[in-house]
Amino acid sequence: MKHKVELRNHPAELHKFRMRLAVSIGFILILFLILYARFYYLQVTQQEHYHTLAEANRITILPLVPNRGLIYDRNGRVLAQNYSAYALEITPSKVPSVESTLDELATLIEITATDRQRFKKLMKESKRFKSLPIRNRLTDVEIATFAANRYRFPGVEIKARVFRQYPEKEIVSHVVGYISRINDQDLEQLELNGELNNYRGSHHIGKIGIEQSYETQLHGITGFEEVETDAAGRSIRVLSRTPPIPGNNLILSLDLGLQEAAEKAFGDRRGALVALDPNNGEVLAFVSKPGYDNNLFIGGIDQENWSLLNNSIDRPLNNRALRGVYPPGSTFKPFMALAALELGKRTPEYSMGDPGYFSLPGVDRRYRDWKPGGHGRVNLHKSLVVSCDTYYYSLANDMGIDNIHNFISQFGLGRKTGIDIEGEVSGLLPSSAWKMNQYKQKWYAGDTISVSIGQGYNLATPLQLAFATMIIANNGKAYLPRLVKQIQNSQTGSIEELPPKLLYSLNLKPKNLEIVKSALVDVTRPGGTAAKAGLNAAYTFAGKTGTSQVIGIKQGERYNEKSINERHRDHAMFIAYAPAEDPKIALAILVENTGTGGSTAAPIARQVFDYFLLGQSPEPEATIAKLTESTEDHGHEHL
Amino acid sequence: MIEIKKIWYYFTRYIDGFLLVGIIALMLVGLIVLYSATGANINKISHQMINISIALAVMWSVANIPLQHIRRLALPMYLIGLVLLIGVALFGEINNGARRWLDIGITRIQPSELMKVAIPLMMAWYFDKHEITLRLRDYIGATVLLMLPVFLILKQPDLGTATLISASGFYVLFLAGLSWRIITGLTITVAGSFPVLWSIMHDYQRQRIMTLLDPSQDPLGAGYHIIQSSIAIGSGGIDGKGWQNGTQTQLDFLPEQSTDFIFAVFSEEFGLIGNTLLLLLYLIVIGRCMIITVNASTQFTRLIAGSITLTFFTYIFVNMGMVSGILPVVGVPLPLISYGGTSMVTMLLGFGILMSIQTHPKLIKT
Repeated sequence: MKHKVELRNHPAELHKFRMRLAVSIGFILILFLILYARFYYLQVTQQEHYHTLAEANRITILPLVPNRGLIYDRNGRVLAQNYSAYALEITPSKVPSVESTLDELATLIEITATDRQRFKKLMKESKRFKSLPIRNRLTDVEIATFAANRYRFPGVEIKARVFRQYPEKEIVSHVVGYISRINDQDLEQLELNGELNNYRGSHHIGKIGIEQSYETQLHGITGFEEVETDAAGRSIRVLSRTPPIPGNNLILSLDLGLQEAAEKAFGDRRGALVALDPNNGEVLAFVSKPGYDNNLFIGGIDQENWSLLNNSIDRPLNNRALRGVYPPGSTFKPFMALAALELGKRTPEYSMGDPGYFSLPGVDRRYRDWKPGGHGRVNLHKSLVVSCDTYYYSLANDMGIDNIHNFISQFGLGRKTGIDIEGEVSGLLPSSAWKMNQYKQKWYAGDTISVSIGQGYNLATPLQLAFATMIIANNGKAYLPRLVKQIQNSQTGSIEELPPKLLYSLNLKPKNLEIVKSALVDVTRPGGTAAKAGLNAAYTFAGKTGTSQVIGIKQGERYNEKSINERHRDHAMFIAYAPAEDPKIALAILVENTGTGGSTAAPIARQVFDYFLLGQSPEPEATIAKLTESTEDHGHEHL
Repeated sequence: MIEIKKIWYYFTRYIDGFLLVGIIALMLVGLIVLYSATGANINKISHQMINISIALAVMWSVANIPLQHIRRLALPMYLIGLVLLIGVALFGEINNGARRWLDIGITRIQPSELMKVAIPLMMAWYFDKHEITLRLRDYIGATVLLMLPVFLILKQPDLGTATLISASGFYVLFLAGLSWRIITGLTITVAGSFPVLWSIMHDYQRQRIMTLLDPSQDPLGAGYHIIQSSIAIGSGGIDGKGWQNGTQTQLDFLPEQSTDFIFAVFSEEFGLIGNTLLLLLYLIVIGRCMIITVNASTQFTRLIAGSITLTFFTYIFVNMGMVSGILPVVGVPLPLISYGGTSMVTMLLGFGILMSIQTHPKLIKT
């Protein structure tokens, strides 16, 4: 062995080995340099990048959802509030089968068919990884039962949620509207508006009414909590907290008492009422009958209730005050009368004989007055008090459609009033240009005749009519109708008054206004079409009745209420304000399919005024009896 | 007093003090990092200290054995290792999709670990035996000796160990004077055989290579390790986040933080400054090993020493390269620092051999 070793060690071999070792050392140094370069790259060049990634790893930002602002009426009565409760929620993507999970849950906690339907509807509208409520308002027993069985239900959780509640339900549903679950469309819209970040963690958003139009005020600003989280997702500690800023409270100009009085006065009848304060445009009452229970929509409405509401022949979801368009009927006449005076087409003294019909020169067709045989001699005052049609037929023919259009559009008909809830429609105040544009037809003189009594192409919403009435009542001031009167800052509690917004003022001659307004007062006095409603009023009560035709009556036929399908009967209309000398309230009323304005709509106005001005609730019989001055009731029911 | 001095002399006479200090310094660094990586887990620390003690005992024992005796062990060790590897291939326990362990009745062993020592010994012995002039066929013979166990380990499959064993064998070939032409040829062959290798690779091995090329392809799966360790290292910056303050480590974003990825823990908490010092410490240990290699008196000892030194370096490079994202994740521990007994013992066994070479009387000085 020794021998062998000796033989092997010659210098050449050693030299070669040493050369190779030198190469190896060079190799080692180069590779260490490469490593070092890599460390330098990671820890110096890219340090910031990796620091950001490390922070993103450990810091989870949890949204803190702000409490939604409350909604009150002008007297501080609650219209929308919040309450905390526990909800049972399922994340569809985390459960193996939604169906079997529901079945199993149902053995522990009551889950009705309605709950299931509602949940399925929600599932269709939401992403699969969203946690969706199957049951709200769990009882303590239910919470305990589920907690004990939680291990059986991965993907099912109990969550503390703040819920919205509308204590007044159908009475103010068309004003307050509702919030509901944020759906994909809402998300798109939020992203478009750059508000998505503020809705991280929010589940609901205003869909309609005040809840929708004042969403920004009501929602508040989402707070954030920076939480250090480990790889398994466990929170280690809270690093920082930016508390949410609750939404601001809204105080509406709406008077809930007045709203209730109006509701009561309507009874079971369908229709709408809009009452404005002529001094500032505040909406005092805003009724659309029937209403609906807006609470149903908050957690997502179930199919059954949805069909019931959506398919009902009474169309409770339709906001008639805001979106219902009706021919204004004879409530159009005061504006025609004012136009005649302002444009010099009639003097107050001018009178004409009314044979009960009007014909255009050289045409056979007769435009009938509502009263067979006519009203005898009629001047402007009388034309309003008895609601003579013939007077306006002849007036309209003298004025021409475009004069009518240009003058009356100043009262807001044919365009949106700009009220602070969405979905308003503009109605229609026709003109020759409009007809040409719409039908490529020229305007006929005959068209003007029907327009003059608020029929024909004429269409207006109850809100527009209330707006127009307000402008007469306050002698020409067009205030923007507003539902929200004050905004209460959630942080400071301070109340910001939203100043009335005067859109424009009409320069109307006081004398002309006086002529029309005195006629409107006489409408509610004996001999007027609303005499019954005005009987013994403790204030001066100005108004104008109207009838809005649902179906056209052919030439030579008579309107016979009894023979017509109930839904095709005329709508009763009434516009009014009181007290006439210093109006505090102006309103428009529509009662569907009940005939004439004097008989059904005007009494509602009387009850509303009695409540508002005298503090009397509806059922005023006794009071009226006491005040009676033995005035004879003409008992006439007129247009 | 004299007695104690004598005992101390006999106890330390075959120990290379310089090398020992370097090794213990690295082990201390390892314990400090482990303390942080395990979240101050005293159990694990104690266990690692036991590992270290055993490994040091092994090193001391080996250092006391003269090289001639070790040389005689080369062939039997190799043969036993080969038989055990065949045993693994036939009867091995399957764990995580790989067949690496063999139950030999008393205990479970991992024969590939034995091969880490046996291969350089065997090959050095082989070249030592084959006289003055080495011909091509000697290299071919040596290559076959190397490839047999490497093939068996690849089949287990254990890419990391196969790579390291191939490397340790190649270092012997290289240091023995394998001609540059053959090395070049071999490099070309390896490059050329890559498509072939690719086709016989296991899916997880391919995945590792694909993930290395683009970790973001699979950020939650195979790429997760590399992404998280890069974040840990990068976010450490120049001066680090401080001991026990690494968020990637303490919040468990970093996987395998006490074993293969412990370097990322070190890097995150001690930064580029720490890395610089650690690399220097490793370089000092390597430097000492190189001196021992140069001073070795026989071809056998030179080859052994050189191979052990280069293999030690290779462990460091492969581990740091993998953790910092320039090499595929192959499951190689960071020598003297990673938690675990087996690699610690294997590593110190190598250092024991180096010490034996350095401290036993040289047969012939050249």
